[in-house]
Amino acid sequence: MNVPSLALERITCRFASADDPAQPYTAVLDASLTVQAGEFVAVVGPTGCGKSTLLNVAAGLLAPSSGTVRVFGEPLNGINRRAGYMFQAEALMPWRTALANVCAGLQFRGVEETEARRRGTEWLERVGLGGFGSRYPHQLSGGMRKRVALAQMLILNPEILLMDEPFSALDVQTRQLMENELLALWSADRKSVVFITHDLEEAIALSDRVVVLSAGPGTRPIGDYPIDLPRPRDVSEIRLESRFVELHSRIWHAMKQEVVKAYLRQLSPGRATAE
Amino acid sequence: MKVVSLQLLVLAVVLGAWALLTNPSIPAFYFDDPNKAAFFFGEPAKVFLCIVRWFASGEIYGHLWVTLVETLLAFVLGTAGGVAIGLWLGLAPLASAIFDPYIKALNAMPRVILAPIFMVWFGLGIASKVALGFTLVFFIVFFNVYQGVREVSPTVLANARMLGAGRRQLLQHVFMPSALSWVFASLHNSVGLAFVGAVVGEYLGSAEGIGYLIHQAEGVFDINTVFAGIILLTVFALLLDLTVGLLERRLMAWQPRGAGADSL
Repeated sequence: MNVPSLALERITCRFASADDPAQPYTAVLDASLTVQAGEFVAVVGPTGCGKSTLLNVAAGLLAPSSGTVRVFGEPLNGINRRAGYMFQAEALMPWRTALANVCAGLQFRGVEETEARRRGTEWLERVGLGGFGSRYPHQLSGGMRKRVALAQMLILNPEILLMDEPFSALDVQTRQLMENELLALWSADRKSVVFITHDLEEAIALSDRVVVLSAGPGTRPIGDYPIDLPRPRDVSEIRLESRFVELHSRIWHAMKQEVVKAYLRQLSPGRATAE
Repeated sequence: MKVVSLQLLVLAVVLGAWALLTNPSIPAFYFDDPNKAAFFFGEPAKVFLCIVRWFASGEIYGHLWVTLVETLLAFVLGTAGGVAIGLWLGLAPLASAIFDPYIKALNAMPRVILAPIFMVWFGLGIASKVALGFTLVFFIVFFNVYQGVREVSPTVLANARMLGAGRRQLLQHVFMPSALSWVFASLHNSVGLAFVGAVVGEYLGSAEGIGYLIHQAEGVFDINTVFAGIILLTVFALLLDLTVGLLERRLMAWQPRGAGADSL
C-alpha cells in the first residue's frame, strides 16, 4: 500500500538536432525518479541539463523516447490530470483578469460560473491578492503574477505539484517570501512536489530530498540526499543553521564537478544546448 | 489642446494655399492662362458647394448608401473569411504547408486586376465590388490571424493544457484571444482597402455609388466634383476606422496601453 505518487522509470528523451538531423540530441538518458506521497523533492542540476525536459515528461506535455511514467501506479498517457504545473516563464493568460485566470481550470472542467468565482475569490485571498481580482496580469508585479499562478494551480487541488524554477525571475526578498508561502500552503495538506531549481540553497531549504542531476547531454540523477532539517522552516533563517551548511557543502561537493562540466560544454563551440 | 490647434492650422494653411493658387483672379505664374490652375486642381469653395448641393438636394444619399453597403459587406465578409481560414491554417501544419506557395502567389498578385473578371462573373451590381473588396481585405486579416495563432506563447498554451483545456477550449480561450490583437492591427489597414475595392469596382463599371459619380465627373472634366467625392470617401473611411478603434478599445482592455505606437 505504498504506491509512489510519481515514478519516472528509465526515461530517455531524444530530440532531432537542428544542425545535424542524422545525430539526435539526447537530453535525458535512462533517468529514474520516484516521489512518494506527501514528499517534497527538489531536483537540482547545472543550467541546460534537461531539468525542464524531465518535468515536462512527468506532466505529460512531452512523450519520452523510451521509458514509462507512472502516476499512482498507473502508466501515464497524455496530460497528467492529477498534477498541477507551475512554469518558469509567464504562463498567465494576459487577456484574463487575475480572477478569471485563477478560475480558468475550473471553467475548463465545467464548474458552474458563480461557484468558480466564489472559489477563485477565496484562493486569491489565500495567496494575499484579495483586492486584485479585476487586474490584468500586466497591471500586477512579478511576485503578484507568481501568486496568481500559484492559486491557478492549487485551486484544482492537484495531488502532485510540478514546479519548474517558479521563483527564479523574482528578486531575492520576494523570492524568500514566496518560498515561505509555498511551504505554508504545502504543509496544510502535504501534496507530492517536484521542485526544479538550479539554486542548491533553495532546494535544501524547501525539500525533504534533493536529487542532483548530471550535466547534459544524457542527463540522469547522480545523487540523492535526504534533508533532515526540522519543519516548519523559515527559508531565510534556516540557511544559517549548521546542519544546513553541512548538507550544502556535501551536496555542492557532488554537484560542482557537473556544474564545471556543463560550463565547459557551453564554451565548446558547435554543440547544441538543451532548454 | 495645443496639438489640435496646430493640426487645424495645418488644414487652414493647405486649404488657403489651395484656394489662393487656384483663384482665376490671380495672374497665372506657371500656366499660360489664369483659369488653368482651377481647371486642373479645382477650387475648394466650389468643392465645398458641391458637397453641400449633394446633401441639400438629397441626390448623394443613394450613391453613398450603395458605396457604404459594398464597403461594409467586403469588410465584414473579408474579415470573417480571413479569421476562419487563418485559424484553420494556423492550427493545421500540414494544410498550411500544402497551401503555402498558393497563398503567397495569391497575395503577391496585384488583386485589383481581378476587377474585370469579377464584373464578368458577378455583373455590374454590388456583388462584383464586394468580391473585389473581399480579396483585398481577406489577405491582410488572414496573414495577421495566421501569425497571431503561430505566435501564441508556448508556455501559456502548455499551462492551459495542464489546467485541463481540451481542443475546443484551447481554440476559444487561447488561440482566438491571442489572435484578436493581430486582427485589430490588421482591421485599421483593411478599412481603407474595403473602400478601395468598392470605389475601384464602381469606377470600372457601375450605375451608382461614389466611384460612379467620380467617374462621371471626370468624364466631363469636372474636377471639383471629383475632389468632392474624394473628400466624402475620406470622411467615411475615417468614421469607419474610428468605429474599429472604439471596438478595439472595448475588446482589448487587457492590453497594456501607453506605448503610443498607434497614435501615428
